[in-house]
This record gives sequence, C-alpha cells and structure tokens, in this order.
Amino acid sequence: MFAYYLRLAAISMRKTPGATALMVSTIALGIGIYMASLTVFYQMAANPVEHKNDVLHAVQIDSWDPAEPYTDRQPEQAPWELTYRDAMALMTSDIPVRHAAMYKTELVLQPGRRELKPFAEMGRITGRDFFALFDISFVYGAPWTEEADETGARQIVISRQLNGELFGGGDSIGETLVVHDRPFTVIGVVEDFQPTPKFYDVNNGAFDESERLFLPVGVGRELELFSSGNTNCWKDEKIETYEQFLNSECVWWQYWAELENPGQKADFQAFVDGYVTSQKALGRFGRPLNNRLTPVDGWLEARRVVRDDQKVLVAVATLFLGVCLFNTLGLMLAKFLGRAPQVGIRRALGASRKAVFRQQLIEVGVIGFAGGVIGLGLAWLSLRGIRRLFPGFEQLTHLDWTLAGVAVASAILTTLVAGLYPAWRVCRMPPAAYLRIQ
Amino acid sequence: MEFGPIWRAARRNKTGPVLIAVQIALTLAVVVNAVFIIQQRIEKITRDNGMDVDNILSVNSAVIGQDFKAELGVREDLRALRTIPGVIAVSASQHVPLSGSGWGTEFAASPESGAPRVNGVQYMMTTDAIQTLGVELVAGREFAEEDMVYAENFSDPQPSLIITQAYADELFPDGDALGQPLYDGLGRPSTIIGIVRRMHGAWVGWDKLSHVALLPRVMPSNSTHYLIRTEPGLVNQTLAQVEAALFGVNDQRVLQELRPMTETKDRSYQGDRGMAVLLGVVTLLMVSVTGVGIIGLASFAVRQRFKQIGTRRAVGARRRDILRYFLLENWMITTAGVVLGTLAALGINYWLMTAYDLERLDPLLLPVGILVIWALGLLAVAGPARRAAGISPAIATRTI
Repeated sequence: MFAYYLRLAAISMRKTPGATALMVSTIALGIGIYMASLTVFYQMAANPVEHKNDVLHAVQIDSWDPAEPYTDRQPEQAPWELTYRDAMALMTSDIPVRHAAMYKTELVLQPGRRELKPFAEMGRITGRDFFALFDISFVYGAPWTEEADETGARQIVISRQLNGELFGGGDSIGETLVVHDRPFTVIGVVEDFQPTPKFYDVNNGAFDESERLFLPVGVGRELELFSSGNTNCWKDEKIETYEQFLNSECVWWQYWAELENPGQKADFQAFVDGYVTSQKALGRFGRPLNNRLTPVDGWLEARRVVRDDQKVLVAVATLFLGVCLFNTLGLMLAKFLGRAPQVGIRRALGASRKAVFRQQLIEVGVIGFAGGVIGLGLAWLSLRGIRRLFPGFEQLTHLDWTLAGVAVASAILTTLVAGLYPAWRVCRMPPAAYLRIQ
Repeated sequence: MEFGPIWRAARRNKTGPVLIAVQIALTLAVVVNAVFIIQQRIEKITRDNGMDVDNILSVNSAVIGQDFKAELGVREDLRALRTIPGVIAVSASQHVPLSGSGWGTEFAASPESGAPRVNGVQYMMTTDAIQTLGVELVAGREFAEEDMVYAENFSDPQPSLIITQAYADELFPDGDALGQPLYDGLGRPSTIIGIVRRMHGAWVGWDKLSHVALLPRVMPSNSTHYLIRTEPGLVNQTLAQVEAALFGVNDQRVLQELRPMTETKDRSYQGDRGMAVLLGVVTLLMVSVTGVGIIGLASFAVRQRFKQIGTRRAVGARRRDILRYFLLENWMITTAGVVLGTLAALGINYWLMTAYDLERLDPLLLPVGILVIWALGLLAVAGPARRAAGISPAIATRTI
C-alpha cells in the first residue's frame, strides 16, 4: 500500500508542478537557513571536554581594585586571570590531582634547516601537568619534570603538526630548536590540540587557533616573556623591571585544576580562601572574598563564548522557518482542498477516512523529504558563505552527519505537522457533495 | 466598499486568511528589527575614524638577538622605509589602530589621588605620527625630535603627548586642555602639546574608542609595528617593497602581519559586517517567501471562486468591481497581519533591548515597514486579482 501511495503522491505532485516546486523550495529554504544557523550555534556552544567537565576547574581569585569590580558588566565576577604571585602560590598546593598555570606568548623560532626562515609562533608557557590535565597524549617523548618548571630548563614540547613542518614528522626527541636566540631541546611531541571553543584560554577569542609549542613555567621567567594574551593592571605601582612586573597586581595567568570529587573541591576552595585571607593580613586583596572554582560548562557560560549575535541569528532563522511552514501549510491546504472531487470518488468507492488521511500524509512526507535533502544542500552552501564572511570561523561551520540527519528529519517532521491540518480537512469532507457536480 | 461581504466570507473560510495574516505579522516583526540592526551596524562600520585608512599599511617586525637596541634599530628601519617611492610618512607604533590589540591606559586631569581617571588607549609612536596616521591636528603642534622618549624601562616618565578632542573634552570639560598636564597612575605629569580632531583606537566595540593618546616614545622591545602612509592608491605597490627594505637593514628578523590598514579594519568589523549581511539575506528571503505565499493563496482563492465570480459578472458586476473585491480582501488580511506584526515587532525589540542591550527601535522604521508590507501585499495579489477580473460571465452558465 505504501508503494501505491508513493506512486499516487508522485502523480499528484506532477499534476501541479508549480505548487510542488514552491512547497519543496520553501521548506528547503527554511530548513537550510535554520540548520546553518544552528550548526554555528551548536559548535559555539559545544563543550570540547564534556568527559572531564565536572573535574576540570578554572580558578579565579578576586585580587582586583578594592574600589571597583573587575568588569562592570558582570560585577559578581572576579578577574578572569591571576597574578603571577597568586598562580605560583596555588601551584604549591597538593590538593588537586593535577593543575597547571599558563599563559600564551609569541616566540621567534629559528629552525635549524636552512630552507626555513625564522618565523613567529604562538607558544604556551605552562606547567608539566598541562598535557595530562587536558588529555593530550604524547606521540613521542614525555613532559618535562617538575624541576624543569622551577629552573626553566631549555626544554620544549611541540605539536604533531609543528613537528611535521620542522622535522618532517619523525621522532624528533633530542633535536635542537632555537627559540628567541637560545637553543632548546625537543623532549616531546604531542597530538594536535585544538578544542573548539578554546575553553582553557578564551581571552583573545574563543575560536582562536591553539598553540603548537609548550615550554616550562621557568622559561618564561628566565627569558622575561610577557603575555601575548591579555594583561590587566589596576594598581598604580612602579614597574620598571620584569621582576617588578612579576610581583605586581597585574593579572595575566590562567590556572586550571583537576578536582576529582566534591570533597577535593571543597578542600581546594578552603585552601584558596585560606591563602587569600592570610594575604589580606599583608595588605593585599582589598575586596570581599570571591574565589571561584568553575567547571568547564559554567566557565564557557560566564565567559559568554556564544555570541549574542549568534543567538539573535538563531531566533531570526527560527522565525523564518516558521514563516516557511505557514506558507507551505497554506499551499498544501489549497492544493488538497482543490483535489476534493477526486477524494470524493475514492471515498465513494470505499476508501476509509483513515486511508485518505494516510495517503495525504505520505504525499506531505515526500514533499518534506525532498525539501529536507535540498535544504541540506542549502545549509552546506550557507555555511560556506558564512565561512567567507567570518574567516576565523572555519571550525564552526562544519556540517556533520548528526546535523545532516537532524536537518532531513526535522524537515519531514515539521512538514508533516504542517500537513496534518490540510490532510485532516480533506478526509473529513463529505464525499457526496463532490460527487454531485461531476 | 464590500467590507461586509468580505468579512463574512473570511469568517466562513478562515484558515487561508489567518495563515497569510500570521506570515505577514512575523515578516513585519522580523524585518523591522533586522533592518534596524543592519542600520546600526552599517553606521558603526562607516563612522569617521579620523585616519587616512585607505592609504596606510602596517607591518610587525620582531628582531632576533639579545643585544638589540630599539632606538638605533627603529631609526634605521624608518630611514629605510622612507626611501620607498610613494611613501609620504612612516612611524613606529607599538600597536596598529583598529586592530583589536592595544595598550589601555588611564589619565587624570589632576595629581590628587581621588581625581577621576578617564580610560583611553595609548599609541607609542615616533616623530611623524600625525602625518603617518593622516589625522587632523586642531590645536598645538606635532612631535619634534626632542619630544622623543627612547625608554629604557617600561615606566620611564613621558613629558609630552597628543590626545584626541574627545579625550580632551572628557578630561577638561572647560575646553582648555592644550598645554595642561595629564597625570598617570603614579601622579607623574605629561603635557598636552597637541589635540587631534578625531582618531579611533584599538577595540571597535569599546565605548571609549575615540579616547586616544599619542606618545612620542619607543619601548625597549625587539618587536614593533611600522605604519606607512603612501600617496593615494599606492598602498599595494608599496606593500611589495616593505620586506626588501627592512631585510636590507637587518635580515635577522621576523616580519609578519604585513597588510593594508583597510584589511585590519575589515577584520575588526568582520562580525558586524557578517551580521548585517546574514540578516539582510534572511530578510530578503522572508519577504520573498511571504510574497510568494500571498500569490499562491490568492490564486487558489480565485480558482475556487471561479463560478461565483462568473455569476457576479453575469448579474452586473464590472471587471473593476471584481478587481477591487480581491484587492480589498487582500488589504484587509494584510492589515490584520500588520496590526499583529506591529505588536510583535515591538515585542521583539523589547526582548532585544533587555537581553542584548539593543537600543529602542527607530520610530520611523515601523511606519515604513508597514507601508512596504502593504505594497508587497497589493503587488502580490495584483496578478491573481487581474486574472479573476478576466473571468468571463459565461462561466456562470456553463456548469449548471
């Protein structure tokens, strides 16, 4: 029977090619635009470390100006970053399973190979736990030692991609890489790490490229490297030397801790609060106690990673889809009612209301399916357009299979919903009225 | 006018008219708000930034070497860049204006510790800063060589600076900024030696974008930007020669971000431009879909009333009457949609205002939107209505 109804649907659609094309293309447009905006939205709102969401915590300490909050827009918040002193103080705790303080800095690399010119590359100064903390596995080698973080040993870990560019992708452990005019030894190659959003440091855009090389905390101190991210200062203090900068109230470090269970979290919160309270005695921390341990999802929300514009676009796209569906509903109603005499004959010949209803819905489903498939193509095209409009958005505009499935399914579903009423209307019509005028 | 019969007919067969009215309401509500947002973004992108953006290019240079002397290095680089044909002026600068990266600062008009501080952004540049940026000096003078501070430490004092009019007005509401000292966080004075009519700073989304201070200063760093202003139209030609000029001075360096300032500006406004384009596309599609929907349903209505129209024509209605009937019917439906849509438009605007800090709707947009929707409705129904008017009275007799 299903095949028969499909054939009937095909015949009916061919009879009114204009109306059919109109319905299919309206659905396709609605679904295409809707899916494109949703794709970007979902990838913006994604949590790239879902599996560690509850254990990874961004740590904030309110070290800001006693006279005003860090940001007027979110006055309840503490600064997003830490001072060097505070980051180092937190690193002395042994409560977290793993933890790392970090910042990004631009480095000049001088590859040994003649054919490569020196180039600038964004690097991350961080602690040895960084890799285990974020589940970044080693292709070759291992992280540096805790001691290296202290002494600033000239050791470096690079990403698989950078290893390919610099050393042809082989085992490069023990190779020398000149950074800022000083020789460093490659001690590890890690898998490429490009979370979207870049949750661990969203200061300069949540969808920036991640760093491809990593150096021990001590190297930053040793080479006097500033942050290439954000550095914010509130206090009027004389900063002439790097040493004074390190001891200043400027915030520029990110700090992440892995806390396994609520007990550990409570312990660490107590540790941080205790530290701040003890420092208050020394005249620091003039603000009320506001130290925050935030899991990844809460962090992404607090940092407002999903842009307001994107939310507005999804709302507009949803309303557009609504208009498209109302439109299709109207056209279907017109078409089905126009077919009343034919339905009258079928009913008179013994077709039940249910059978008529089913037949109409199958035709509706076929229209929805066609609209969904074409809509998918339109979504793909729209995403390419969005990529051209927003060159930094490459990672946000990939149409994946799940979303493709959702697109087609929602096209069929919404069209069916829109088609329910017309189908119901047509199967309720008394057949006799339409037999008379034949 | 046949308001009565139309109304009664619509009540007997309400689904079609209701669908159209809802579509029109949604379309009006979305279009009015979308156009409002687009308008604001365009205003933001095209506002005057005070600089000769079209004829400036910039490059970042990071010199390799632990014993680099910024004063010497920068002087040599500037000399080399000046020799490129078509170059009007060059200046070193710690950051590029409009780039999204910059050095925020605070100044006060008084050395007292409680004095109000005003936020702004500072550019540490060299003597030809004014010429290079193409900004207009409205009071005071440009930098002279003896103003230059080649800092050995980050916070060496800064005796003089130039600020924008907007920044000056904020700091000195009485308008007597020129020659006055500004105080930094440590209470050290810098004298305002010049005032610039207008210049935009680093972050295009910041409300203090026009608060800019230009400092005659070079920082002790291996890394600096160079801004290069060329004769009109020569940016790309000059761009091609910058690398050679700088490598000619010293090839132990990394050059990056060599680009026209128009590109820097485009990147910073990318989000605003993209939003405007996307909203524009969806708006156009929405209007088209609604228009086509009206045509579709009107055509159906005409087909359904074939006999009725024929009968009316047979009993004396003129073509004009039929045409008017359909136009009027459509106008009534559209108007119902417009009323609903106006409420929805205000509702959406209210939501945008509370959730996303958008401003109140431009009061002119709504009436314009209503007129456009009315016109759209009449235009869409014109075809079907003409066809209806063309129905022959003989139809009425045929099927009896």
